[in-house]
This record gives sequence, C-alpha cells and structure tokens, in this order.
Amino acid sequence: MPIKKLSFTAIAVGVMALSGAALAQEKTSIQAIEEYREMLQDGNPAELFEAKGEELWKKPRGPKNASLEKCDLGKGPGVVKGAFVELPRYFKDTGKVQDLESRLVTCMSTLQGIDPKEVVNGQWGRGERANTTALATWIGAQSKGMAFNLPQSNPQERTMYEVGKRLFFQRGGAHDFACASCHGEEGKRIRLQDLPLLTKAPGDGVGFAAWPAYRVSNGQMWSMQHRLNDCYRQQRFPEPDFASDVTVALGVYLGVNAKGNKSAVPTIKR
Amino acid sequence: MADPMRIRAQAAGDKATVRVLMSHEMESGQRKDASGKLVPAWHISDVTASLNGKPVFSCEWGPAVSKNPFLQFNVKGAKAGDKVSVTWKDNKGDTRTDEATVS
Repeated sequence: MPIKKLSFTAIAVGVMALSGAALAQEKTSIQAIEEYREMLQDGNPAELFEAKGEELWKKPRGPKNASLEKCDLGKGPGVVKGAFVELPRYFKDTGKVQDLESRLVTCMSTLQGIDPKEVVNGQWGRGERANTTALATWIGAQSKGMAFNLPQSNPQERTMYEVGKRLFFQRGGAHDFACASCHGEEGKRIRLQDLPLLTKAPGDGVGFAAWPAYRVSNGQMWSMQHRLNDCYRQQRFPEPDFASDVTVALGVYLGVNAKGNKSAVPTIKR
Repeated sequence: MADPMRIRAQAAGDKATVRVLMSHEMESGQRKDASGKLVPAWHISDVTASLNGKPVFSCEWGPAVSKNPFLQFNVKGAKAGDKVSVTWKDNKGDTRTDEATVS
C-alpha cells in the first residue's frame, strides 16, 4: 500500500511539471506573436490605404464631379476628426442609424452621384467598395487615440443597441454558432489569435477599436463591415448585405460596449 | 500608374534611418487563378536610393518579397534637410520614384 501511494505521488508531480512546461511554452509563443506584431506596426501598409482615402475624400469624383468634403459624418459637414469614435449614430437626413461605411455610401450618392449599388453589390477589395474601405481607413485614422463615445440619446440608437445585443447572442447556422460562442468569454482564441470578449469594453485598440485593419497574411485592408461579414461567414451563416441593418446594429452594440476604449485604427493583423 | 510610396527619414547621430513603404502587388508567379491558369509574376525587381542625388543603396528583389513591402536602412553621414530619393522598377517595366527630406 505505501508503495502504491508513493507511485501515485510521483505521477502527480510529473503531471504538474508537464502542465507547467506547457504553460510556459504558451506564454512564450504568445509573446513571440506580440513581438512580431510590434515589428510589423512600424511600416503598417494601412498607411497606403490612408493616403488613398484622403485623396478620395478631397478629389472631385462621380457624375456630379464633387468631393466628399461636405459630407456630414455626425459632427457637422466636413468634420472628420472625432467622427469615427461616435459612429454608428442616428442621422436626421436619412432617418436611420448608420455606421461609418453606410454613411459614406449615403454621402457618395448624394454629393457625388455614385450609385449605392456599386458599393452594396460590389466585391471586397474592388471598385467603389474598395474606395469606401480606403475612406473608412483614413477617417478612422483621424481619431486615433480618441476614446469611443457613441451617442445613445436617440430612441433609434437604443433600439439598435438592443437589436445588436440579440443578434450577438443569436445562435444559428450549420454549426449552431453565435458571435457570443467566440466572443462571450474571457481568454478564448482561434489558433494563436486572441479573441476579445465583446460583451464589455475589451480594452484600448482591441475589438471594435481595432478595425479597419491591414491583414498581412493576405495583403488586404479590412473594414468593420468586412470583419463582421467574415465573422458570419465563419459561423456558416448567410453573409449579411453590405451596410445592412444587421451589421449596423452589431456595430452599435460593439461600439457602445467599447465606451472609453481608445481607437488604435488603423491596426495591423497577422 | 503606380501608387505613391511613403518615405520617412530620421537623422540620429551621424546617420539617418530611412523607412520606405511601397505599394505593389508583388505577384510571385507561383499562384494559380480560379480557372487553374498561372498568374504571371509581377514584382519589383530593382530598388535604388540616393542621398542628395548620389546613389547610396541598391538591391535586386525577387518574387519572395511580400505584397506592399516595407524596407528600412541606415545612411551614414545624412543630416536633417538632406533629400532621400527612392526608386523601384518592376519586371513589367513600371517604375516609381518618391522623395523625402531627412528630419
């Protein structure tokens, strides 16, 4: 009996030592990824998209040959700085809650005469939809370091928050997934990508405060619309339409939750 | 016409650090498109840099360099106010030159 007890203790120690080693291993690989990201941060190709976005904002374009400089992003016509951290919000002229990209589609249509279908029915990274992403990158960058503070004074904004919350927890699709399956708990990850907990403020430059972002692995600039669309694709849901109410409602939910978090846009991802 | 580069040059001590971000597809020539046809190679093949018109740096690039490449190098003897010019040329003959002032 004493022998048996002794061997049991030895095994227990062995197991403990093993799990300790695994823990140390995990820490160093996460640290290594962090270092890699830091190296990439210097020379983020998102700058190239920022430059393109700035040009698209200032250059007269479209059938009406006008620039976007009179576009009202919520802080008055032409005010760009600080607009990003207060979107999505309610707009009187359209009578709708809009996120940055759906607002840009409105401005491109009313000011420049560009058909919204060119963006909404377009492809990621092509044509007017790529232009919208570049514009969102530049506009987002003008609020870098500012804290998110989405307005919730309009009843429609509060309704959209509630709708977004329900969508976030709504399970469905072939895998019976919800946004909350990956983003509803602390410490989850896919491969080596840490998944932020999005039911509360996840921290500066994380989650809603990190997109648009440049993705090194495919060399693409991804906007928030693209991010949400791909989350749904990964959940095996039908992909939502560009700038649809579903995506805006989720944006309101994530944005309001991120209150006080500082924007790091544009960021760089693996 | 190729998109502009972003060049930053900062002097520290007797040298300047130059950081260049180039906008280029950098297609390796190894990938196939949806119909199974090889996508032809299209990448930057030569990069040169000069300080106040005098060549200080040159290299040959191949298909292994990433899309939208980032390049960093040091130039000895560069002072604030000097002009750094960077040129790339790709295998299709397209070229782009941009200039920045050392700060």
